[in-house]
Amino acid sequence: MINFLMKYKVVAQTIFVMLLFGLIFSAFLSFFYEKTNPIILKSEAEAKERLLLQVITKDLYDNDLSKDFIEILPNPYLKNKLSTKAYLAKKSNEVQAVILETRAPDGYSGDIYLLVGINRQGEIIGSRVIKHQETPGLGDYIDIRKGKWIEIFKEASLKIYSEKDWGVIKDNGKFDYVAGATITPRAVIKAIHNALIYFEYNKQEFGIDV
Amino acid sequence: MFKKALTEGLWKQNAGVVQLLGLCPTLAVTTTVVNGVSLGIATMIVMILSNGAISPIRKFVPDEVRVPIFILVIAGLVTAIDLSVHAFAEPLYRALGIFIPLIVTNCIVLARVESFASKNPTLPSIYDGFFMGLGLCIVLAILGGMREFLGRGTLFSDLDLIFGKSFENFGIQFFDNYEGFLLAVLPPGAFLGLALLIAITNWINQKN
Repeated sequence: MINFLMKYKVVAQTIFVMLLFGLIFSAFLSFFYEKTNPIILKSEAEAKERLLLQVITKDLYDNDLSKDFIEILPNPYLKNKLSTKAYLAKKSNEVQAVILETRAPDGYSGDIYLLVGINRQGEIIGSRVIKHQETPGLGDYIDIRKGKWIEIFKEASLKIYSEKDWGVIKDNGKFDYVAGATITPRAVIKAIHNALIYFEYNKQEFGIDV
Repeated sequence: MFKKALTEGLWKQNAGVVQLLGLCPTLAVTTTVVNGVSLGIATMIVMILSNGAISPIRKFVPDEVRVPIFILVIAGLVTAIDLSVHAFAEPLYRALGIFIPLIVTNCIVLARVESFASKNPTLPSIYDGFFMGLGLCIVLAILGGMREFLGRGTLFSDLDLIFGKSFENFGIQFFDNYEGFLLAVLPPGAFLGLALLIAITNWINQKN
């Protein structure tokens, strides 16, 4: 009996100590979270704007980009799994450009996420790969930090390139690529082409008159 | 006491090349000096704080549940650091990604708490955490330097991840049009580089 009680005491003690530590640290963490959360939200918003500024120039808009957007439901052009945002760049309340987020599902390794900025005339003003897992040193030249390749889409539009032009040179398309990695640029070209098609079909929704 | 912690942490019991604890981040994030050092510093801070926090309370922690409590303390501290990095160095948070939260599972942190801080007074424990962390940080820096130099032909690139835009061009570019040496950047480069460092350490130790 005494043995049992002794054992019981140890159990109660350990439970108490663990509980105490749990409480202390949850209090500490919730305090810390409360303190850092506003700063985190702010720095994330800044990061978002830095990202958007890569595909659009400051002189094209005077509105708050991060707050002026419309939701886009999943569709076969942008291949978004969840609804994404199309940011509207407005000047004197008139839409000057639209920034679309699109996904290329057929890269070499995993999904490639892109931002594509398209102006009123349906020309690309900027494009960036924002997330990818392509092989370092081979397919990762699509990333602006590794190469300037992604800038070949500047000023591309459905008007100057026909359906079959949207491919790498090897596939009789018009776009250059780096030998040794063709799957990656193929996927990117296709995604950007699809983004332009989506833009063309949904112009009115973005507030651009046809 | 101070001197012992210094020689143990930096050389005799070095976490990276002697104890071989915490290999996961050692191998994974050391693609550049900046990545390696950033994670090294984060680990060092966690080690100082966890050693410093656990040593004073070591007498109140029942032996049976000491490991869960140590992990609880470490996880709390790591989460706090994760939140701080996210708040104050967003780009760095992106670069290191999952490896900051993973410091919790880094054996070296728990190992020092368990084998040192739970048996020693506070001040020596803090020294121990500092020098053990510094030892690991130096290994991460050297390995990151080797891989960055061979793989990308640069050193100290991406410094703007930590200090902001003004440091963007601080990195040293050694060659023009360097093609890059892919093996050094990919995981095998980490294993080969670490093996080389361990070999050098053992060679020096044998010579003495």
